[in-house]
Amino acid sequence: MALQTKVTRNSGARLFLQSVIGRAYPRVIGTQRDLSWLFFDIFLPFLTMVGYVYIYRALKAPEEYIGFVVLGSAMTAYWINILWSMSSQLYWEKETGNLALYVMSPTSLMAILFGMASGGLFSTTIRALVILVVGNLLFQVSYTITSFWALFLVFVLTMVALYGMGMMLSSLFLLFNREAWHSANLLQAPVMLFSGFYFPVSAFNFWVAAAASIVPLTLGMDAIRQLVFPSTALLGFLSVKLELIILAILSVLFLAAAFLTLRRMERLAIKHGKITDRLD
Amino acid sequence: MSSAETTPNSEAKPGSLLTFRTSAWLGWMIESNWTDPFIFAIYSIIRPISTAAILIVMYLVIRGGDFGSADFVNLYIGNAFFILVGAAIQGVSFGILDDREHYRTLKYIYIAPLQVPVYLIGRSVASILVACFSVLITLGFGIIFLKMPIALAEVKWGLFAAAFVLGMAVMICLGLMLGSWTLIIKNNAWSLGESLGAGLLIFSGAVFPLSVLPVPLQWVGSALPISYWLTLIRRALVPEIGRAYPMYTNLSDLQLILILLGFTLVYAILAALIYKRFDYIARERGNIDMVSNY
Repeated sequence: MALQTKVTRNSGARLFLQSVIGRAYPRVIGTQRDLSWLFFDIFLPFLTMVGYVYIYRALKAPEEYIGFVVLGSAMTAYWINILWSMSSQLYWEKETGNLALYVMSPTSLMAILFGMASGGLFSTTIRALVILVVGNLLFQVSYTITSFWALFLVFVLTMVALYGMGMMLSSLFLLFNREAWHSANLLQAPVMLFSGFYFPVSAFNFWVAAAASIVPLTLGMDAIRQLVFPSTALLGFLSVKLELIILAILSVLFLAAAFLTLRRMERLAIKHGKITDRLD
Repeated sequence: MSSAETTPNSEAKPGSLLTFRTSAWLGWMIESNWTDPFIFAIYSIIRPISTAAILIVMYLVIRGGDFGSADFVNLYIGNAFFILVGAAIQGVSFGILDDREHYRTLKYIYIAPLQVPVYLIGRSVASILVACFSVLITLGFGIIFLKMPIALAEVKWGLFAAAFVLGMAVMICLGLMLGSWTLIIKNNAWSLGESLGAGLLIFSGAVFPLSVLPVPLQWVGSALPISYWLTLIRRALVPEIGRAYPMYTNLSDLQLILILLGFTLVYAILAALIYKRFDYIARERGNIDMVSNY
């Protein structure tokens, strides 16, 4: 008599959750197993931060600006993560042959993207915290948090909107070939300029700052600065309350856009059978 | 017996110049042919202008809009030419990574009868060419839109040419030194070139004088050729303003050229030794045909 083994397959929400955890796992555990990131992802970006701090020191800027640089450098880690580990990720997966497996597997690509986002958020938060703590210790930055809960809410909404944008971009980047790498490269510096990573975004005129606010980090950082450096609140672009509302709207919009673009990409992949091809 | 079998191996080996020329052409094709020339031009303009603009706005919010001041002109020129440092370092490491991880051709390059360091230097030339274009655009932007006092008639072209050639030679050596490290790195290597380039900004005196740094960091800056090179470039492009920059004021142009020449010779020897060491380790560990998929 043949031995029959019953295979149980997860489905629905359980499969979704399992996929999220499965895709987040390498990003979370990878951090523990390979400590070279301490040098590449913390020490080297830290040198860049020191460079910007000394520019302000050479210009004899008020000490709050040193705090802006430390905060901006910590947030840079998230932007780099969005560009290179979210937006470009499905393109890399295509290049390494994993994307076809994702599309064929019974799980949804949205779950894969959620896994990438949550794993990336976790590991990037560790990097950002280290940069923030070491930067604060080295340059004696002092913060005065005016509202802890507002700060927490701003951070959470900024991250939801930002990673929603990353999920949306990952589908769009998939439509590019070699342009994907160059597009990510192209977006890096201009966003760091217009989102005001190292200076208040109010340095630009209203419409430029408003256009830059499509990137959630612009309003997120502006609100955080107002909440932790109250003496510079006058340099804020909008009120914290209004920025919170806009961030909430951006969160919903980007998540919905991510869902729609991903579904469209999946359909294209199935219809044309080309989107998952490796293109050298 | 076919002619291929009778040809001695030494005759089949291409000269260094041919290797260099071919790899430079290959690098240029990889760098530029992913899109049409118009988009490539825009792409080449946006990144350097954005990076320069970050400094402009930082200066603007602290000092106001005095873009003709010596402080700003020196900062701007230093920042513009520092683009070349990043490109030289990134060129070699990206060449190795692209060939090893993406196109998976590094192993074939290694078994081909050519000198690999010459090939790698050739591969980096494309990114240096793009960077030269970016430097020109950045300077042009400064002259046209910020009305910076750079007068072509006042430029010391001889000094500029000497400093530029020596600077490029030493940057390529620096690129080979740091880039060849990529041969043995498995993870995070993609960010190595850019991060190291950005990290060197502190020690270069490009955007602030080295005297702003704590003394031990000033020593690091003095042990690198970048600060001497940028001082010479400033003195050549804007003689009076460049001379006012508080770095190496006690050294003449000739002394700085000789120092840079010395650095070039020392760095060339160091680059050869370091490349040889990393190449040996990479072969021993089997890193040449490694694909990390990282």
